[in-house]
Amino acid sequence: MSNSGYAYPDALVSTDWVAQHLNNPAVRIVESNEDPLLYASGHIPGAIQIDWVTDLNDQVRRDYLDRKSFESLLSKHGISNNTKVVFYGDKNNWWACYAFWVFQLFGHTNAAIMNGGRLKWVEEQRPLTKEVPHYPTSTYHAQERSDYKVRAFRDQVLSHVNGHLPLIDVRSPGEFKGELTHMPDYPQEGALRAGHIPGAKSIPWSKAVQPDGTFKPSDDLKALYEQDNGFAPSQNIITYCRIGERSAHTWFVLTYLLGYPTVRNYDGSWTEWGNSVGVPIEK
Amino acid sequence: MADISEYPETLRDVMEMFEDIDEHGRAEILLDYSSRFQEVPSYIAQRPFPEDHRVQRCESEAYVFTEPNAEGGINFYFAVENPQGVSAKALAAILQESLMGEKAETIKAVPHDIVFRLFGKRISMGKGEGLLGMVALLKYFADLTQKEQKSE
Repeated sequence: MSNSGYAYPDALVSTDWVAQHLNNPAVRIVESNEDPLLYASGHIPGAIQIDWVTDLNDQVRRDYLDRKSFESLLSKHGISNNTKVVFYGDKNNWWACYAFWVFQLFGHTNAAIMNGGRLKWVEEQRPLTKEVPHYPTSTYHAQERSDYKVRAFRDQVLSHVNGHLPLIDVRSPGEFKGELTHMPDYPQEGALRAGHIPGAKSIPWSKAVQPDGTFKPSDDLKALYEQDNGFAPSQNIITYCRIGERSAHTWFVLTYLLGYPTVRNYDGSWTEWGNSVGVPIEK
Repeated sequence: MADISEYPETLRDVMEMFEDIDEHGRAEILLDYSSRFQEVPSYIAQRPFPEDHRVQRCESEAYVFTEPNAEGGINFYFAVENPQGVSAKALAAILQESLMGEKAETIKAVPHDIVFRLFGKRISMGKGEGLLGMVALLKYFADLTQKEQKSE
């Protein structure tokens, strides 16, 4: 990745790199998917699974796990504070980026995304296994969860809107415009209102990836976010989607590939905003 | 949750398989179904598939197609464009193997909790909506095909 022009090239590893580090005890490969059956259908040898629903979220209130639970999760998988954690998954690494983002809430900076995700590994006909690995338990000491730097909450987003600060809506154009189907009994993305947060610009997450699933080169990303849409590294930016997974992907692109220092992911996203009483909405 | 007796008779055996099953067993059965998925035949639909047959918000890019059969029932088919869409393929195979050719009323009577019974209550909201969307669109087209049959 050294010739990519990315701001933090170490935050990305290639499928070749992963293939060369499968037996490296200082590296833990982590699969995080949208489809809950994929890991069981076969995964990178030695990879563990971290599921966003069951592993990363509090099981009662809508929030992430706390420090103690995070320490238990990582200890269970034999991850120590010095382990390099490499995430990959389906859907162009949506959930891999989301898991990476949650790890940053606890300060685990020795982490990377496998460029191209699960599909690239499969299409390169690299090995998969159904064998679930078990690693010796480790001792992991996490910092208290720190949300302020990379996570945005509803009231902060409201202040952001009132301050006319930049937001990026990474959902599909139809979701941004608030188009709904009118089929009886059809699921309506879990929100009472449709549309977008006032002032948000629509840049679907998919514009940051190439046909093979890898991230676009930095010049293309700069053209997309800066030339085409007027964003700049100096801005204080909030990204959002429906529940925060696709926007974690764009958060990763802006923060690690383009080096923007102040980007937060609003994980409440549309399922919170579109259900909140009294917040402004545009169509 | 609907009682299993509320499910169409041809689906009940499948639904009972998923009663009190552990997560490993659930995954094994669903992956087995997924491997039996058969894509929509080309005489019914070809790429690019029409957008109005696409399941909205299904991350597996699923499409649903129906046709009337000679017995007054409905034949139906799916396409799943995401090669990693194993859950969508599993659901499609279960529906096809259990309900293919049934009357529209039978297809429309499938309870909406089928997705949670098959995939577990801890399935994510987004995934659940995508799979529910497949069932909802199948019911919609089954109803439409039935109405067209009656008007002919």
